[in-house]
Amino acid sequence: MRQRIQIPMPVRYLINGALVVLLFLLGQFLIANNIISSYFQKILLQVGIYIIAAVSLNVATGYLGQLPLGHAGFMAVGGYTAGIFMKSIPLTGLPAFVLAIILAGIVAGIFGVIIGIPALRLKGDYLAIITLGFGEIIRVVLLNIDSVLGFKFTGGAAGLMGIPKYTSFPVVFICVAVTCLFIHTMMKSRHGRAILAIRENEIAAEACGIHTTYYKTMAFVASAFFAGVSGALFASYLGLLVPGDFGFMKSIEILVMVVLGGMGSMLGSVLAATVLTIVPFALQSISQTVADYRMVIYSVLLIIVMIFKPSGLLGTYDFSLTRIIEGLINRAGIHDGVARKGEKSK
Amino acid sequence: MSKLIPMPSQYLMTERDVDKVPILEARHLGIDFGGLTAVDDFNIAVGRTEISALIGPNGAGKTTVFNLLTKVYHPTRGTILLDTKDTAGMNTVQINQAGVARTFQNIRLFKDLTVLDNVLIGLHNSMNCHLGESILRLPRYWKQEKEAKERALELLSIFQMQDLAKYQAGALPYGAQRRLEIVRALGTNPKLLLLDEPAAGMNPSETAGLMENIRKIRDSFHIAIMLIEHDMNLVMGICEVIAVLNYGKIIAKGTPEEIQANPAVIEAYLGKKKEG
Repeated sequence: MRQRIQIPMPVRYLINGALVVLLFLLGQFLIANNIISSYFQKILLQVGIYIIAAVSLNVATGYLGQLPLGHAGFMAVGGYTAGIFMKSIPLTGLPAFVLAIILAGIVAGIFGVIIGIPALRLKGDYLAIITLGFGEIIRVVLLNIDSVLGFKFTGGAAGLMGIPKYTSFPVVFICVAVTCLFIHTMMKSRHGRAILAIRENEIAAEACGIHTTYYKTMAFVASAFFAGVSGALFASYLGLLVPGDFGFMKSIEILVMVVLGGMGSMLGSVLAATVLTIVPFALQSISQTVADYRMVIYSVLLIIVMIFKPSGLLGTYDFSLTRIIEGLINRAGIHDGVARKGEKSK
Repeated sequence: MSKLIPMPSQYLMTERDVDKVPILEARHLGIDFGGLTAVDDFNIAVGRTEISALIGPNGAGKTTVFNLLTKVYHPTRGTILLDTKDTAGMNTVQINQAGVARTFQNIRLFKDLTVLDNVLIGLHNSMNCHLGESILRLPRYWKQEKEAKERALELLSIFQMQDLAKYQAGALPYGAQRRLEIVRALGTNPKLLLLDEPAAGMNPSETAGLMENIRKIRDSFHIAIMLIEHDMNLVMGICEVIAVLNYGKIIAKGTPEEIQANPAVIEAYLGKKKEG
């Protein structure tokens, strides 16, 4: 058998790193030269925020194989944490924002532990219901906590106003890249394999010595952490947070992205998040009535996908630039081999 | 065939292992499901390097015994000593870490993952780099991943499966899936390997190969192997000690020759001779 050419690990990282930097520079260039108008820039930021939300939900749904319906709850926790934090510290500018993002992730992660430990003892529908309940609890608490505490904390129904708006293309881009990188490297390690093993067969995973509760919680917390990050970006993008933003429909919207893209495929989540964030804006530009019916369109789309491709559009396929390059090199190599063989036989 | 020596209690053990502490000892083990006693007064001792078998008619409680030994079920009565340590209060994961690995009667592979990943998951506890090291790809991660991969391929090569490493586990033929499950179990570095019907669904030549491999695994890993099997050629061919289970109770223990000649065993399998 022919030896297949494999690109060594450091080179792979270099290629992928170069691609990320290239994309970043391209985005920066387009924005600087006003090729992307400020309206499209806004959409682009939302795309980034939803990519983080979808990719993080994919950890719990696609990789761990559970069905949490409270993802918007974690986003809310992150968003409000970041908002209140930035408003209450003397620090301003980018350092404050970076701290706020990290803090938002950590607080959402802590909520992930609190919710995850009891919730992950349940499976399937039951887990869905308990996380759905959690999402609603968060929303209702945010709505009413001011009157309980007796001072202004979350701003209640009027919303948390005056959050500094720091969310910009570079920040969102870096957050997306870091999220994807962290989740990718986590999944391609013994921890990630343990999470996949639980999805595939919990009893066998336990028989292999994998502490299932621990790894389920780990996946759930990672999912909550990055949801918190996306919440923080969202807070600083709008400058105003209303509890109603993080309702049940938001969780469903993110879930639709993950399911549509393919559970267990990061590329799927990214693509679906991109498309489904752009679609409402596109519909709006056609006519407002069409845009109002977008949830109907989503549901029909989802039903169609579930009928014809239950694993989602991309299944568990994941994009690998190096694999494509390897494929091209090897194909060229095989052609060489065939040619040479042909010569010999002559 | 090795000689069996009776131990001080009612256990039997191969001559070779008799001076050593048994790797596994079950004393008066029993479990009730509601009013049904599935296993009762189950006593067994397994020597450190012996190949033993648990046989019996369908529904005798063989798999239940395996589930008790690996703490999938918690016994109602009795004790299990693993390497002289009481396993009371331990769970499946701890039992595995203490050195008991198993395969399943109805194959439980990680079907959507590759063959290599299946074995790597078995090797999970042989690596100890923590999450931060994995995410940031620190040197220890690379070192351990490389070692684990080499070890996995080495284990796969026992069954000449190293070339299948990149295939999806669920796409393998049935016999290969059973072998992969054994490899995965070996990855957890067990002292005792429990095989639940390893030859089920294999053709005679595959079974012959499996027999050879089970013996090879015992000889190269120096571990005890206990198997449940209906294929009597395999059982009689490689097992040194056999325990026969019927209605949840051990009805006979001994060498293959003794078991074959035991009237209680013949009765359990074939029924009683008609009187007159």
